[in-house]
Amino acid sequence: MPDIKMDIYIIGVGGQGIGLLSEVIIRAADYAGFPVRGTDTHGLAQRGGTVSSCVRIGSHAHSSLIQAGCADMVIALEKNEALRGLYSHLRDGGTLIYYDIQWQPLLVRLKKERLLKSEDISAECQCRNILEYQITPTKLSNPKMQNIALLASIAKHNKIPGIDPLHYELALNDLLEGNKLENNLSLFRSLITAI
Amino acid sequence: MKKLGDFLISPVGSTEIVMGNTAIVRGMIESGVRVVTSYPGSPTPEIAAAITAIPKDKSPLYFEFSTNEKVATEVAFGASINGHLSTVFFKSVGLNVAADTFVQLGHMEVIGGMVIILGDDPGANSSQNEQDNRHYARLAYIPMLEPSTPTEAYTMFKKAAQLSIERCMPVILRMTTHVCHAKEKVTFSSWTPLPLDHSSRFNVDNGPYIPLTTKLVLPLKRRALEKLAQFGADADTSSLNTVINNNNPLYGIITMGAPLQSLQDVLEEAALKPDILKLGIIHPLPKQLVADFLRRHKEVKILEELDDFIEQQVKALAYDMDISTKIIGKQDYEDWLNEYTPEKVSTILQKTWLHLLPNKKPPTPLLHWSPRPAQLCPGCGHRSAFYAIKQALDPNDITVADIGCHTLGIMEPYKMGQVLLCMGHSSGTAAGLSLFNNSRKVVAFLGDSTFFHAGLPGIINAVFNHHNFTLILLDNGTTAMTGHQSHPGVGYNVNVSTEKIPIRRVLDGIGITNIREIDAYAQGQLTEAVKAALTEKGFKVIIAKHPCMLKAMRERSAAGKPLPPSVEITTDCNQNYTCVSTFACPTFQRNEDGSIIVHKDLCIGDGSCKQTCPTKAILHKRPKKEDNS
Repeated sequence: MPDIKMDIYIIGVGGQGIGLLSEVIIRAADYAGFPVRGTDTHGLAQRGGTVSSCVRIGSHAHSSLIQAGCADMVIALEKNEALRGLYSHLRDGGTLIYYDIQWQPLLVRLKKERLLKSEDISAECQCRNILEYQITPTKLSNPKMQNIALLASIAKHNKIPGIDPLHYELALNDLLEGNKLENNLSLFRSLITAI
Repeated sequence: MKKLGDFLISPVGSTEIVMGNTAIVRGMIESGVRVVTSYPGSPTPEIAAAITAIPKDKSPLYFEFSTNEKVATEVAFGASINGHLSTVFFKSVGLNVAADTFVQLGHMEVIGGMVIILGDDPGANSSQNEQDNRHYARLAYIPMLEPSTPTEAYTMFKKAAQLSIERCMPVILRMTTHVCHAKEKVTFSSWTPLPLDHSSRFNVDNGPYIPLTTKLVLPLKRRALEKLAQFGADADTSSLNTVINNNNPLYGIITMGAPLQSLQDVLEEAALKPDILKLGIIHPLPKQLVADFLRRHKEVKILEELDDFIEQQVKALAYDMDISTKIIGKQDYEDWLNEYTPEKVSTILQKTWLHLLPNKKPPTPLLHWSPRPAQLCPGCGHRSAFYAIKQALDPNDITVADIGCHTLGIMEPYKMGQVLLCMGHSSGTAAGLSLFNNSRKVVAFLGDSTFFHAGLPGIINAVFNHHNFTLILLDNGTTAMTGHQSHPGVGYNVNVSTEKIPIRRVLDGIGITNIREIDAYAQGQLTEAVKAALTEKGFKVIIAKHPCMLKAMRERSAAGKPLPPSVEITTDCNQNYTCVSTFACPTFQRNEDGSIIVHKDLCIGDGSCKQTCPTKAILHKRPKKEDNS
């Protein structure tokens, strides 16, 4: 069995499809032949709060949880959550991939805190030798497919070594059906082949 | 698509990536469980989701959401004493509701077998406390098993069912949040479906089942103790407990459940690993096994999440058996708190044995980032209701929260709800707050599912004792917070049609005469209704009703219907910020220049915001009739 050590912390806002994204990566890792485990946060958080998920690829993992400051990669579906994941879980020298949209947190909406900027994230990444990939949003027919747009970017640039686009497609096939599968697969494929 | 329902009942074995909650359901099928009952509560609702994924005509399980955990436990008990293997599951604090029934079960011969699945919530991820339900096992003389992984959840469920049937005693399977939700590849056995058996085997000769008077209660208690002692004696050699031998005569660790996985993670970095005794049987303690483990080590750490349940017993045992091993339990209050995640276990081990783990550089200091608490969804009727209610209240009035999505009203900017205990407490607490109080009005909130769960006794008490407060029933037509499960008021249960029990008619039947019923989107009317109710004496009920919009939008999307168009901000906007600061739908966001935008990813086009704008600058293009079905 092949082995890598890749702890991925996935973070976003309830409603963005973190659960599906994380399960696709878990299943894709399994199709690629790696040992894998993980967990989601559930419950209250799905109501517009922060939602996170741990994916642990490799035989080093016993717990489904990643230790603070020990993730090799943080995947974020939103800018404020990218910064949160960067602070809470990403190790120095790790990789941050985030979808560059902003859903303002409560205190920003109430004008008790300032708006976060991309430069805030870049500064922190530079300071800690973190590889930063900012994914520019694609025009989507349904914002619920942002998770797949981000996944396509990860697949296209082979961000998780050993997991190929085909593995992600097999995982999507396991989890979706009908129109939903068709729409997500066609978006995934079109973004992978796009220049 | 791999259909969950198909593999759960497939006669052939398989290997699947599943969460602990799903793995348990395959265990139920293989064990021959017939009756399963529950009241929804995190971290267990996915057990119900897996059961209901099985096509009804192919499922060997009868499943119901009962009105509350106590009733669910009684239904499962009744099935078991009638000879049918049953299971009841609910969240940690659900056991408090079920306790009156639960504490009797150990006294009873449950001839069909009965497994009680508890979803404990260390860290209070989605509960009002992080109570340690292991104490209940001891209180009720009922054995308890605890898995560490989804694979163990599956195998231990089967073992629990087998032991329960063999010994006619209930067995608890204690899960915790990150065992329920952990995902891994689980290998499932094959399964031979047996024909469903409809025979009734209840027989008083299996009892007695009437625990009244000393003459009957004491023998029943004696039998419960004897059974438990036998279970404990057998636990010493059970494969459910394991020793992980690292040939360390100096250090040993006794642990269990999710903390074992955290410990193994942390020990990856340790040069010299302690031996580990992993308890799968939490109650009763396998005494001989523990004593042997103690004797083989100079120092033994008890690594247990939450309370010192095992520690106290191990120390007592060492005293009784004259074992001189140094036993290290909890060292400070922090050890009693929160989940034993890998980093928590790492901190604890560093306190326990200074040089066991390599010195790690301290984690990067956390800079401030904006918190993102859970909040009411765009279009939520509760937001409209709280916005309207707040305008009717004096800042000095007292508001009593209850449990449900509407609990989120306690947060900024609404701040509706200043005290919270548990499910259904609001009417009782509000009644008490209204006594010896002639200056501050008292308003209690309650949800529709909780109305049936534990709300009714408090409401009847308010009528019975002529209490003086206003109850606002926030009715969204579902058990929304835990994932839209059904309740007695909705007209179906687990995909089966039922007679709706209308809340209004229940209130009428109780004899409440002061009732107002208003759509929560009708903010002006609601404000006026609350103002009027507050001037009236006695017990008043206002039903603020609007269907859960998250559920409605999901159903719309599943039916392939497009969402209504988003609202728009017109040039009439004078930036008074009511929409973003006071009504505070997450859809409204601020640009740096002070202008307001409607976030298209979030707006569901419900238009409940339109009436809040003093300059009428929110444009709500109503969808045409044909789109709005």
